[in-house]
Amino acid sequence: MTPAELDAVARTVRRECGLVLTPDKAYLVDSRLMPVARRWAKPSVEALARELMAPDPPRDLVREVVEAMVTNETFFFRDRKPFDQLKAFVLPRLLAARADRRVIRIWCAACSSGQEPYSIAMICKETPQLANWKVEIVGTDISTEILRQAEAGSYSQFEVQRGLPIQLLVKHFEQQGDRWQLDASIRSMVSFRQFNLLDPPDRLGTFDVVFCRNVLIYFDLPTKSGILGRIASVMAPDGVLYLGGAETVLGVSDRFQPVRTQQGVYELATPDARQGPVRMAAG
Amino acid sequence: MKSCLVVDDSRVVRVVARRILEELRFEVVEAEDGREALERCREHMPDAILLDWNMPVMNGIEFLRTLRAAEGGAAPVVVFCTTERDLKHIREALAAGANEYIMKPFDSDIIADKFGQTGLI
Repeated sequence: MTPAELDAVARTVRRECGLVLTPDKAYLVDSRLMPVARRWAKPSVEALARELMAPDPPRDLVREVVEAMVTNETFFFRDRKPFDQLKAFVLPRLLAARADRRVIRIWCAACSSGQEPYSIAMICKETPQLANWKVEIVGTDISTEILRQAEAGSYSQFEVQRGLPIQLLVKHFEQQGDRWQLDASIRSMVSFRQFNLLDPPDRLGTFDVVFCRNVLIYFDLPTKSGILGRIASVMAPDGVLYLGGAETVLGVSDRFQPVRTQQGVYELATPDARQGPVRMAAG
Repeated sequence: MKSCLVVDDSRVVRVVARRILEELRFEVVEAEDGREALERCREHMPDAILLDWNMPVMNGIEFLRTLRAAEGGAAPVVVFCTTERDLKHIREALAAGANEYIMKPFDSDIIADKFGQTGLI
């Protein structure tokens, strides 16, 4: 692939979803775009890339290229600690703060094949105090294909052995051949919607908890701060944001501040929380 | 350093498991069936046991039941590691006192993950 062809792919992906394709990821382009080239009857990935250089490439082609280039790496209870914090710190706080309305809304941004929202759903299900509450978990991703997989809630043996405690597998999954099917009571707690993090998220509603983990690492600084600003705009004043272990708001956005004693958890920065429009999470 | 007893009748599996566990800083002891595993436990109760199901002489589930009834046998974290991958076997293992369950094939990520979940690492 020539530098010009590689550049065409990188520019398309960046324009469409903000993802920065660094030169060290160039090796991914070939393997990820091969199936797309085949579907579009192109003789090679290079030919596909040249199609992207045309003034107005087909929208479906652009979408498939973007979907192929985003990373879908995820697993159940990834890094474990954020979920322990959710159970021990965030949920008790919300149980007290939302006692009158009994509604909690949680957003998993860039949820990929659904393991993160489903992990959260399992935690909420295992929290007896939430029994009569409405817990709405919204999983979004740019890729409609991966959302289809998420919605199906069917996982391979490999996937259910990454992060998922065996007791939860036994409790919430049914075996179907060599696949594991998550049961309807957990799946019904999560709704999936296609969403591009570059777009305004208003239509998703307001959230008490936002998980946006291991996503910002793929973006440049202005894109990161734009995303954080948009997330802040749909958070309840006392809501919390989770970022991945290698991510921070420091030097990226002044809309958030770290929650003391809770590593990786952020809340709206105090001036914003005071001056910004007061919004309660509403379905 | 924590200790882990690897119980499997396949020498290849024991070698692979040993390599992974030593990288995770476990002191590894091996046994090739349930009866030998019980002897190892009598000599020294390990912190963890990685346990195959189907073995000659005494299989994994019989070993586990005997272990859990024995003095000091409640302590070790027992992680099954077997080609038995249906819910019936998994439930039976948990009822007998297994802490975690790995469906073969396994790799170092799965072992690290399961050992992490049970608080061993």
